[in-house]
Amino acid sequence: MDTMELLAWAKGPGLSISLTILLLGITARLLEMLILGRKQDLSEARVANSATYGFRTIVTRSLPSMETFKAETIPLLAGYAFHIGLFLIVFFYLPHILVFKGLLNLTWPELPMWLIDSMTLITMASMLIVLWYRLTNKVRRYLSSVGDYFAWFVTFLPVLTGYLAFHRLMLPYNDMLVIHILSVELLFITLPFTKLIHTVTLFFSRYYNGQAAGRKGVKV
Amino acid sequence: MSTSLERGLRTFKEQIDAPIASFLNSCVRCGMCADACLFYQTTGDPKYTPIHKVEPLRRAWKQEYTFWGRFAKALGISKPITDEELSEWQELLYDSCTLCGRCSLVCPVGNDIAYMIRKAREGMVAAGHAPQGLKTASINSIEAGGPMRIPLETFQKKCAIAEKNTGIKIPFDVEGADYLLLMSSSEIMQFDEFIGSVAKIFKQANVSWTYSSEAFEATNSGIQIGSSDIAAELVERIVGAAEKLKVKAVISPECGHAYTAIRWEGPNLIGRPYSFKVLHILELLDQLREEGRLVLEDQDMGHMTFHDPCQLVRRGGVLEQPVNLVKMVAGNYVPMPDQGKWNWCCGGGGGVSANEDARELQTTAFKIKKEQIEATGAKSLITSCSNCRNVIEEALEEYDMDIEVLGLSEMIAEHLKIDNKPQESES
Repeated sequence: MDTMELLAWAKGPGLSISLTILLLGITARLLEMLILGRKQDLSEARVANSATYGFRTIVTRSLPSMETFKAETIPLLAGYAFHIGLFLIVFFYLPHILVFKGLLNLTWPELPMWLIDSMTLITMASMLIVLWYRLTNKVRRYLSSVGDYFAWFVTFLPVLTGYLAFHRLMLPYNDMLVIHILSVELLFITLPFTKLIHTVTLFFSRYYNGQAAGRKGVKV
Repeated sequence: MSTSLERGLRTFKEQIDAPIASFLNSCVRCGMCADACLFYQTTGDPKYTPIHKVEPLRRAWKQEYTFWGRFAKALGISKPITDEELSEWQELLYDSCTLCGRCSLVCPVGNDIAYMIRKAREGMVAAGHAPQGLKTASINSIEAGGPMRIPLETFQKKCAIAEKNTGIKIPFDVEGADYLLLMSSSEIMQFDEFIGSVAKIFKQANVSWTYSSEAFEATNSGIQIGSSDIAAELVERIVGAAEKLKVKAVISPECGHAYTAIRWEGPNLIGRPYSFKVLHILELLDQLREEGRLVLEDQDMGHMTFHDPCQLVRRGGVLEQPVNLVKMVAGNYVPMPDQGKWNWCCGGGGGVSANEDARELQTTAFKIKKEQIEATGAKSLITSCSNCRNVIEEALEEYDMDIEVLGLSEMIAEHLKIDNKPQESES
């Protein structure tokens, strides 16, 4: 299989297979989680609308407390930068929008190239900072296992290869593009089965915590 | 595998519900929960990172409830939890966690880590890995009504002394009273002025209340050690007494975890809602204050601060009432840094103070509270949990700090305006 054939496979069957694994995987992991159920709380709630507190926490937990911000300023800023960066690159880079258009028949405006390009650099730099903290901060190093570094790697790889492909660095464009698309597909097939599943489950976690505290009249 | 380990692993598995699975799925090992934990903050030891403490629960979840975990288990390549590991985790799940729940406030993905620790303790008890101090307290509670085995006669003697001091009759087993007041062991044994103080306040405010000779102990070792069976039995005794006396509400005394036990966990432990309400004594006192039935003669003008018990504020939702009452009684009140739901624990909650193994760690963990108290410059500290009060008094002595510790209800009683005008009785 030469580069062009591989590219065709990656853009066609490869994408379909990996997207299917991504979607079925997420569905299965969610079912596996939700099927465990949650017992009805029989204590008398202090508020009638504890669900509102759950939804509130989904939003508010996106911001750190002042205490956490002071203690974790650099990793927090780096964390925000790469999450926002990934979001912008994935959804607002024109070629990506065209992929979405092909899949969903939906389209939206793109961001200017200079912005995507600088966001990519910021994202990579932020991810390196986050990795540095994982390797050197005593709590993070203590908590980390292979899975944490693997999750970092499969997230970093598509950003790096996308950047290299765009700037025609290291390898001919098509070769790098194949690696880029395959790396995205690797991310798709691993996301449901690694800690990257937090992208979906954190909404549930925040809700559960916020709702349970809300019943007691505490906003968390 | 020993029978107790097998039972423990089964119990870990049984504890896992959708919220726990969601929390464990969501954790990205960012370690920010460590910043919120008094044990990590005062020792700097990463093993005290809150999420790390629930590792046995995480392993049970992974092996039992995830596709890959079950796959690995079926192939025989997963590492089963061992007795040695549980022994090692005993320190992490009991000695170094007061269930204060501060970590649950900061986790970026929203995990309620304190909830998981409470659940993990169920597995530890079943596996036979709970601290001796908590085992003894639990046995005492089941056999003799409370962790300190206080007989009814002793409590009644204390009440007789309070009657003599105040000239107020202390009601026992009054059917149809509005409120059934509970006590904590340490209030009976160490802070018995609480008995007379409450009697005085309730008489002045014309509150219809009673003690029960069948259930006067509010503390619940079952929820500290993590045994739902023991906890449910202790709750049932109170529910039985409350139903027998047909009271409108049960009043939890100045004790943090007792409030959590009877107010929030109780109905779930016994599997049915109550036919009565549950209030913390401060909720009732603040209600009386609002209704104008609690009027003070004067204020204490000493330089004072207030320590919020975690189970009342963060984990219990009694947020405004303590401050309202403190401001009423203390004319020179300086708020503690992080007052309210962000408070720092005294270091002895969640069964830590009943656990001899944790003594040194508890004293170390007090350092944050110590700095906060020093920052206020206060000469006295008011609190509304007899366990916090005990822990703080001991720690202040340990650190050679000359600060007086006061109970809020007692302070209110001391400054209460007594008149003989008939009060509007409660409808």
